[in-house]
Amino acid sequence: MAFVDHSNADLTATGGARVEDYFALLKPRVMSLVVFTAIIGLLLAPGGINPVVGIVAILCIAIGAGGSGALNMWYDADIDRIMSRTANRPIPAGRVSREEALTLGLICSGFSVMILGLATNWVAAGLLAFTIFFYAVIYTMWLKRSTPQNIVIGGAAGAFPPMIGWAAVTGDITLPSVVLFLIIFLWTPPHFWALALYKQGDYGAAGIPMLPNVAGEQATKVQILAYSIILVATTFVPPFIGMTGGLYTAVAALTGASFVFLSARLYATAEAGAMKKVARSLFTYSLSYLFIIFLALITDRVAQLIGWL
Amino acid sequence: MATPVLSPEEELQRRRRRNSIALGLVLAALVVIFYVLTIVKVGPGVITQRDL
Repeated sequence: MAFVDHSNADLTATGGARVEDYFALLKPRVMSLVVFTAIIGLLLAPGGINPVVGIVAILCIAIGAGGSGALNMWYDADIDRIMSRTANRPIPAGRVSREEALTLGLICSGFSVMILGLATNWVAAGLLAFTIFFYAVIYTMWLKRSTPQNIVIGGAAGAFPPMIGWAAVTGDITLPSVVLFLIIFLWTPPHFWALALYKQGDYGAAGIPMLPNVAGEQATKVQILAYSIILVATTFVPPFIGMTGGLYTAVAALTGASFVFLSARLYATAEAGAMKKVARSLFTYSLSYLFIIFLALITDRVAQLIGWL
Repeated sequence: MATPVLSPEEELQRRRRRNSIALGLVLAALVVIFYVLTIVKVGPGVITQRDL
């Protein structure tokens, strides 16, 4: 192992970013959630897809999401510098230049859409292109800095991947894929507002109009509870339209009850320290919740196919 | 054993070499993806021209 003498040179200024820095621009953690939900959409869709084409489709959706992440970091470098959660990202930390991030974002976006279109169909490719545009332009450049409802509308960008996975197989947009979209769309506000409740100082310092800073904690807690109830109600739609059976319904009921319970507890907690603790619990739980719901969707389908249910 | 200390220039060289290797691997992956996709979409006849 070797150590570097940093005494008299700025490696970044001379193009010395590491591979890991470029990879970080693609927001790998967001990408993993996108990949997971896109795979579920692809597997739930009726009909079949060649496994190689399926893998390429998922890869394209992941790279497209990564490209939009790089475009987001390119545009948001000024506010990322201010918030503790984002200050160590490659651009604000000075490891990658904004121009490099923009180039990487555009190349990943362009290639992913083109290859997805060639590999599957142009409905899926069009949806991916729209998702990238929605996240990079509608959310990042417009909504994020202008309205406290930023993540409600912007959340649509994160909700499209299962719909793209579905469209990659079927070539169309149908009710079941819209339901998958709605589950993530309605999950986003309580998830991010829970984060905003315990990180509101950060968002305030960066001048981002997150709901707790603009409308206050109480209004945020009311909206979190309202969205949680609508979300949990929506998770019961799949069995009604014949997508899933009893196993999924049981999981949705159990995990949904916990989600609403945590949101109600957050609503009832007034003391600042305790409230932040509950908000953090809800944020962490909401991640597991979405994972479990989507896993239950596919497990139920597989169990039905092999005759267990 | 003494730990070698890299000068900034050596570290820069090392990083650029790693970046070049990474870019090369990405390009190689693209070639493989296009090749496999062509075979899957068009069929092996694209090579032998059996079905063309």
